[in-house]
Parts: sequence; C-alpha cells; structure tokens
Amino acid sequence: MSIMQEFTKGLWKELPPFRLLLGLCPTLAVTNSADNGLGMGMAVIFVLVLSNVIISMVRTIIPKKVRIACFIVIAASLVVAVELLMQAYAYPLYQQLGIFVPLIVVNCIILGRAEAFAAKNGIAASAADGLGMGLGFTLSLTFLGSIREILGNGTWFGKSVMWEGFEPLSIMVQAPGAFICLGLILAGMNMINIWQAQRTGHEPEALKQGCGSCQACASADTACRQG
Amino acid sequence: MDIFGIFVSAIFVNNIVLAQYLGNCPYLGCSKEKGVALGMGGAVIFVTLLATLFTWLMQKFVLDPYGLGYLQTIIFIVVIAALVQFVEMFLKKAVPPLYAALGIFLPLITTNCAVMGVAILVQREGYDLLEGLVWGLAYGLGFTLALLLMAGIRERLDTCRLPKVMAGTPIALIMAGLMSLAFMGFKGMG
Repeated sequence: MSIMQEFTKGLWKELPPFRLLLGLCPTLAVTNSADNGLGMGMAVIFVLVLSNVIISMVRTIIPKKVRIACFIVIAASLVVAVELLMQAYAYPLYQQLGIFVPLIVVNCIILGRAEAFAAKNGIAASAADGLGMGLGFTLSLTFLGSIREILGNGTWFGKSVMWEGFEPLSIMVQAPGAFICLGLILAGMNMINIWQAQRTGHEPEALKQGCGSCQACASADTACRQG
Repeated sequence: MDIFGIFVSAIFVNNIVLAQYLGNCPYLGCSKEKGVALGMGGAVIFVTLLATLFTWLMQKFVLDPYGLGYLQTIIFIVVIAALVQFVEMFLKKAVPPLYAALGIFLPLITTNCAVMGVAILVQREGYDLLEGLVWGLAYGLGFTLALLLMAGIRERLDTCRLPKVMAGTPIALIMAGLMSLAFMGFKGMG
C-alpha cells in the first residue's frame, strides 16, 4: 500500500473508535463537549505519530520478547511530554480531561498500532498510519462531542446554536448519554456496512472487536511468550 | 469521609464503569458469559488492590521525597506491568487453582485503564493507604458488579430477536447506557 493509502485508511475504512472499537474509554469520557473531544484527539495524534515513528525506528533493535514493555515505556514517555506541554500551554483543557491524559498510555490505539503496524513497517509509512488513525480518532471524538454538546447543552464549541426556548436534554452530557449515543452511532455504521454490502454483493463486514475483546492485546501477549 | 462511605460511594454512586468511564474494553469484551465475567472481575479486584498498594508506596517513598511527581505516569505503568508479570508467575507456581481461574485474564489487565485509573485517582484524591486500599477494593467490586449484570442481560439478549444492525456491540452499549441511568439513581445517597 502507498503512503497515501496508509494515511486515508484511518479516516474511514479503519476508523478507530467506530470501526475497530479501539480507545472506547476516552471516546465515552471526554466527549461531553466538542472542545474536549478535539483537545483529546490532538493529544492522541501527538503521542500516536511520535510513538509510531520512534517504534518504527528502533524496531530492529528491540528484542522480540520484551517489545510490549518497550512500547509501553516509549508511549509513557511521550504521554509525560504531552502532560507537561498541556500544563504549560492548555491548562484549562488539561483539567477538563482529568485522568484521561495520563491514561493515553493504556489507550489501545497506541499499543495496537505499535504492535500491528509500526513494528513491521518503515518510518514514513508508520508516520502516515499514525497521523491517519489519530486524525480519524480526533474527528470521531469531535463528532460525538458535537452531538452530545448540541443536544445536551444547546451549544457547539461553546456557542449557542439551538433555537430559543430549546430545552437541553441534560442526560446527553452525562454518562448514559455517552453510552447511548455511541451505541446508536455503531448501529449506524453497521447499517452503512450492510447497505454497501448489498450494493456490491459482498458479505457485510462485521464491526471488528479490536479493543472490545482485547484480542489485540491477548494475541500480542501470546505471541510475545512464544516468540 | 468515613471508610464505609468511601466503600459504598465507590461501588454504587461513582461506579467505575458506569459513572467514571473506566475499563470499558473488558466491560464490553468479557461480558458475554457470567463465568467469564466473574473471572475477569476477580482478576481486576486482585490486581487493583496490589497496584494501589505498590503505586501508593512508590509515590510516598520515591516520587514525593525526590520531587519526581511529573514521572508519575511512566513509573505507575511500569510498576503495574511488572506487577502483573510477577503475579502471573507467582500464581502459576504457588496457587495453580487460582491461576487456572484468573490466569488468562491477567495479561489483559496491564493495558486495562481501570487499574491504572484507580492508581492515579487514589493519588489525586489524596487518600491515605488504608482509604486507598478500601477504595480500590470497592472500585474492583463495582466493576465486577457492572460486568456481572451486563453478562446476565446479554445471556438473555442472545435468545431475543434483534434488528441486524443492533446486534452485538451497539445493543450492549445502549444497555450500558440504561444501566448507567439506573445507577444515577444512587446519586441521591451521596
């Protein structure tokens, strides 16, 4: 695949939270407004692109048996950098996102892409993959955050967008709204898949359970022990 | 706040999955059968307790005295990863029955944000060691409760006729939303 394809696959075909079901915790937690979704996405882009590039650079030196530990340490160092940067330049956002900034370390996207892509591919391809996946993640979070903020608060990026006398559904900006919204979006993705399949005559693609069943982590670990 | 208050509020009012959005991956992935849900819950309780203990000691005796607070994230994840590895090796040798029950879940837990999340939250709330451990235990129990309820619902859902687009994860997420709505009722207790 060309670099361009590596980049664009993260935007639709392998959209991380909605198709691969990767990184669901931050997807649910920080999307009570479009702003927060966008901010979280930016932090993830930063960590993902750099971790992909660094892992791709050192992939030949890392012994196979300890590679997961190495990936985690690389990701953790980058997350510490993001934390310090956000404390310096975006403190209100840092406080809004709370513990989900340090928890980027255990976000399945980072480790998943490191294991599935960066450990096997060159630097440029890995950077493109990280950028595409990160951008897809950011767009998804902003999309979900926009829906929840508009319905739950009547605003979009802090500006009032609904008609006068609109009664906000405050449940949408709380935990239940997050789960239900994401559930409906995933159902929508399923619908698009089935519709596309009918048009082209192929079997419909099922939603992949990347993080959902922790298959990536599990297979990574067994491979780690056998290797 | 007294210990009992911390305990109840961590299980019901601030349930780790349904109110704090932590540990969603196993919540959706390991909730297809009750047995699996119990195993995963047990492993999370066990590791959360140990992780809270070790990260608390690390913070108190290494990070704070030397002013290394900014390294919290990296130190905690390394401690948790090493801990999980040791626990796995120890259980395999010393307590084979427990290993048979929890073994396959242990490796998944390193990258479970519930464990890391609890370790960080204990520091941010400024709990002492006993409070932190009670809190960690209660969070683990709350996780198990949510997982078990979900598994029960999903076992029944299997026998229902669902629209094709809703089957699997979408309906599970909507069930989680309704469950979270129900748990919001406990807010009045806090």
